[in-house]
Amino acid sequence: MKKTYNIEVDCANCANLMEEASNKVNGVVKATVNFMALRMSVEFEEGADTKAVMKEVLKACRKAEPDCEIEL
Amino acid sequence: MKKKQKIILIRILITAAMLILLNLIPVTGILRLALFLAVYLVIGYDILKKAGRGILNRKVFDENFLMAVATIGAFALAIYDRSGDYNEAIAVMLFYQIGELFQSLAVQKSRRNISELMDLRPDYANLETDGTLVKTDPEEVAVGSTIVVQPGERIPIDGVILEGTSALNTSALTGESLPRDVHEGMEAVSGCINLTGVLKIRTTKEFGESTVSRILELVQDSGSRKSRSEQFISRFARVYTPAVCIGALALAVLPSLIRLIAGLPAQWDVWIYRALTFLVISCPCALVISIPLSFFAGIGGAGREGILVKGSNYLEMLSKVKTVVFDKTGTLTKGVFQVTNIHHGTLPDAQLIEYAALAECASSHPVSLSLKRAYGKEPDRTRVDRIREYSGKGVVAVVDGKEIAAGNFRLMEDLGIAYQECHSQGTIVHLSIDREYAGHIVISDVVKPDSAKAIKELRELGIHKIVMLTGDNLKTAEQVARELRVDQVYSDLLPADKVEKMEQLIGEGTLAFAGDGINDAPVLTRADIGIAMGAMGSDAAIEAADVVLMDDDPVKLPRAIRISRKCMRIVYQNIVFALLIKVLCLALSAFGVADMWYAIFADVGVMVLAVLNAIRALRVRGL
Repeated sequence: MKKTYNIEVDCANCANLMEEASNKVNGVVKATVNFMALRMSVEFEEGADTKAVMKEVLKACRKAEPDCEIEL
Repeated sequence: MKKKQKIILIRILITAAMLILLNLIPVTGILRLALFLAVYLVIGYDILKKAGRGILNRKVFDENFLMAVATIGAFALAIYDRSGDYNEAIAVMLFYQIGELFQSLAVQKSRRNISELMDLRPDYANLETDGTLVKTDPEEVAVGSTIVVQPGERIPIDGVILEGTSALNTSALTGESLPRDVHEGMEAVSGCINLTGVLKIRTTKEFGESTVSRILELVQDSGSRKSRSEQFISRFARVYTPAVCIGALALAVLPSLIRLIAGLPAQWDVWIYRALTFLVISCPCALVISIPLSFFAGIGGAGREGILVKGSNYLEMLSKVKTVVFDKTGTLTKGVFQVTNIHHGTLPDAQLIEYAALAECASSHPVSLSLKRAYGKEPDRTRVDRIREYSGKGVVAVVDGKEIAAGNFRLMEDLGIAYQECHSQGTIVHLSIDREYAGHIVISDVVKPDSAKAIKELRELGIHKIVMLTGDNLKTAEQVARELRVDQVYSDLLPADKVEKMEQLIGEGTLAFAGDGINDAPVLTRADIGIAMGAMGSDAAIEAADVVLMDDDPVKLPRAIRISRKCMRIVYQNIVFALLIKVLCLALSAFGVADMWYAIFADVGVMVLAVLNAIRALRVRGL
């Protein structure tokens, strides 16, 4: 399953860091962050609880780039 | 300006003012240091914080770290030298922040620029319930509801016009500025603006399935597929920053050590200063920001012209296309069969068409339909009697008391009527009146007016191979190919054969396939780049294609290629320009030619120029 979220982040490199961090979260098959459109699309593993996974994704992103926001 | 940006702007102004003031009043010693440190903290506290947090999170090498080390180092050197010149450290921070602010404003501006132009989202639908109009959220309107669109409003949901005539502005969808006339019974595509009359529309889709939603989704997701250049830059940044940090460290330590061993004075401060300058120059922002910005602007600019590119990787590939394969029907030709000629008629043309249309009035075969269209009126069935259909041959009927036979040569042979053979391409309908040959009508697909121009422009773009695939017979295909000057033609193809042909053609450079999205979804997927034409309202095409041309004008294809090439040119310019300047300045700083003032101007200056260059990709009008 694939979902798209609006995000808030200041710089292109920070967006790359978010992408890197999100891809390491369990339950995420592939995450892509589009800095220009301020959107993040996440492909979840089959049967994953998207809400729980996204919470982890947000946590991982905050660690990589404290100034970021994901509209869940 | 957003709140964050305002705060930074205020900090920049305060810092600049204080810096001037501090240089005018003569304070010395520890007080001077304290005042300068205060200004330094005003401009740089967030950078220091981020750098510190990076170290804690073991993500050391980012630009905040570079800036923090360089400025703190400059401060330390000034204290060590007792020069009392703390301006450099603050100036570096100041210009860095100015650069960042500029960059964030530029990104925001192009973001707004694009979203404004792609701002198709309708806010409400006027839903008719029990004779009154209620403003409703488009998402809540059920299929089959009746909505009313006033002049000046945007059609919110796809549907069929029940009442009213109007002109629609489709420019947001197609880039075409000429309004489109619509009337009762026609399809109303969401996203168009109703210009002149009130329209009553029965919705045929939900909001989420309507053209406007699909396009919005496509545009917003376009950035999730990254181009090779973008991937190269993010990989590059990952290696680059640690590399320059190590380089700076080596520059700080090695020369002094070597001098010590050689018995010369070590000059630690000179070499550390050079290393710090090296760090300031090395900041990779110019590349990291300008490459994605160029693609974003390029895709946005193309979108404005009715060319939707689904990702920057496709924009990159589009610029490298070597072979273009066209589907014939619906792409190079109109896909609508028309009466194009009447030969050997014994009666006036209008009369012949009238007889043919009347004889064929009961049939819904495409040929009969095009005869009816040419007749222009609804056939009066009371004039027709005793219709006999001969499957695969034609029709014999009595019209106004005369026996009319309309059909192909087999029908004429069966009836024993001598007929004239025709050398034109297309479908031939022979006619006889009371067993006397009366001539034949030629019905064929017509080439779009701009097809030849599109192919000529493709050639001018250096595309060596233009191929046409078609399910039509060889004669028809060759005629069209000759007219349009296509290099290769493959005819009599079933949809599966088209995929097979495609596979043979692939591998000789990047291949683009352009089709109308009907029946050719597998081919669109198989090609390096699938281009769907005339996608207004066709979901399958939007789904399967990589590039969607919103109207069916083939000239949009060379245009899309020109836009992609311009964008790629800007991307390469930025990569080469930024890297060259950086390498040059790094070398200068290592030999002590450039001081920290040069360094910060090199860094911020390159970034500003690269961003301005990137925004150029947005301008595609006239390409």
